[in-house]
Amino acid sequence: MPSFHPSQTLLMDYAAGSLGEASAVLIATHVSLCPECRAEAARIEAVGGALIETIEPVPLAHDGMAAVLRKLDERPDAPAPIPSFDAETQRLVPAPLRRHLGGNLEDIRWRSLGAVRQIDLAVTQAGGHARLLRLKGGAKVPRHSHDGLEMIIVLAGGFSDQSGHYLRGDVAVAGSDITHAPVADAGEDCICFAVVDGSIKLSGPLGRLVNLFVRT
Amino acid sequence: MCPSLTMPSHAVPLAMPIIPGLVALAALALDGAMPKSQPAPPMAAPLSPAPDAASALSLMAAIAERRDRDAFARLYLYFAPRLKAYLMRRGADDGLAEEMTQEAMLTVWYRAGSFDPAKAGVSTWIYTIARNKRIDRLRRERFPEIERDDPALVPEPPIAADSALALVQDDARLRVALAALPPEQAELLHLAFFQDKSHSTIADECGLPLGTVKSRIRLALQRLRNDLKDFA
Ligand SMILES: [Zn+2]
Repeated sequence: MPSFHPSQTLLMDYAAGSLGEASAVLIATHVSLCPECRAEAARIEAVGGALIETIEPVPLAHDGMAAVLRKLDERPDAPAPIPSFDAETQRLVPAPLRRHLGGNLEDIRWRSLGAVRQIDLAVTQAGGHARLLRLKGGAKVPRHSHDGLEMIIVLAGGFSDQSGHYLRGDVAVAGSDITHAPVADAGEDCICFAVVDGSIKLSGPLGRLVNLFVRT
Repeated sequence: MCPSLTMPSHAVPLAMPIIPGLVALAALALDGAMPKSQPAPPMAAPLSPAPDAASALSLMAAIAERRDRDAFARLYLYFAPRLKAYLMRRGADDGLAEEMTQEAMLTVWYRAGSFDPAKAGVSTWIYTIARNKRIDRLRRERFPEIERDDPALVPEPPIAADSALALVQDDARLRVALAALPPEQAELLHLAFFQDKSHSTIADECGLPLGTVKSRIRLALQRLRNDLKDFA
């Protein structure tokens, strides 16, 4: 079970449908790997369900329901075929992110940037970008800062920086005021999904966006 | 300005007239849709209350197991005007909100078989369908849904799971707990769900520090959880 969780407010924005797509994919990836946050997201969605019941109803179009009833026997559009992935990719990459991969992990044509190999993912992200990162075991990333808020989730391996030691499922958040020099754990490659989101702001101490301890 | 900090005047669902043979009536377009502004026709049968959690569940079961159109029509008359209100608050105009509501309710019909009462209440499930429809249509994006049979999914530990989830099942209890929230906490929950804004934007527009918005929402969710525990 992961040790670093997205904050309750990020889970709330996720469940309310208010996050940009790439940030929502990152939270959904964590939620797939974290039963604790999955239960919390379900509780927040239940609040959404209850609020729907208390909302002031709006008049419907006069013939709206009749039109819907006429369509009940139509066949719904077939859902888009789900591309198939090899066992390794299915094991490592949760479905919400897997859909955006475009292929198996081992077929990805990484771009090399020194110690870090990376590839941009085709996920909508206003004012930011979404990338898959891959570090060789033990690799040191040169000290750097970020333009905007960066969220990273670990899919394989692990890495450390001054804020902690991150393993599969853990979410790390770094604001533009943070410079860090992450080091990958020795052993297997560290694979991460990273999103820079210009629309999310930190409210002060970095810890606000990440809960270190499982909530009770 | 902090937009629409007003709470709805009623915290419990309005009773809704249920007329026998709704489907036939609707097919003739005699009733059209009949939300709150339209009084029940004089020949209406005795009023049935809006579906409570138990009857919403039995309507869903009737739809899933028997493809029961009358059950669907009852669910429609209750939920569609509320989904439409939700979609309009989140930025759709009347026409688009009506269209998305119809599509969301059709999805309810088509996917009724995949509704699992052990995972979510009826209103919660329908809310998520409308939320996803809005993201799909308004933003041309896709809400990243969790797949229960995903090989990568880390399953719930066997014991904790149902006790935690059991707390969210009872929509009626949750409504009572919501109605009892301090107004400033309830308002922020409304903003979070019904405005097309993230926390940062809400904080900017309300002139509240972001930390205050977050802590009020955190307090609200904490309190709801405690209230539900008291019931359990
Ligand atoms: Zn978590």
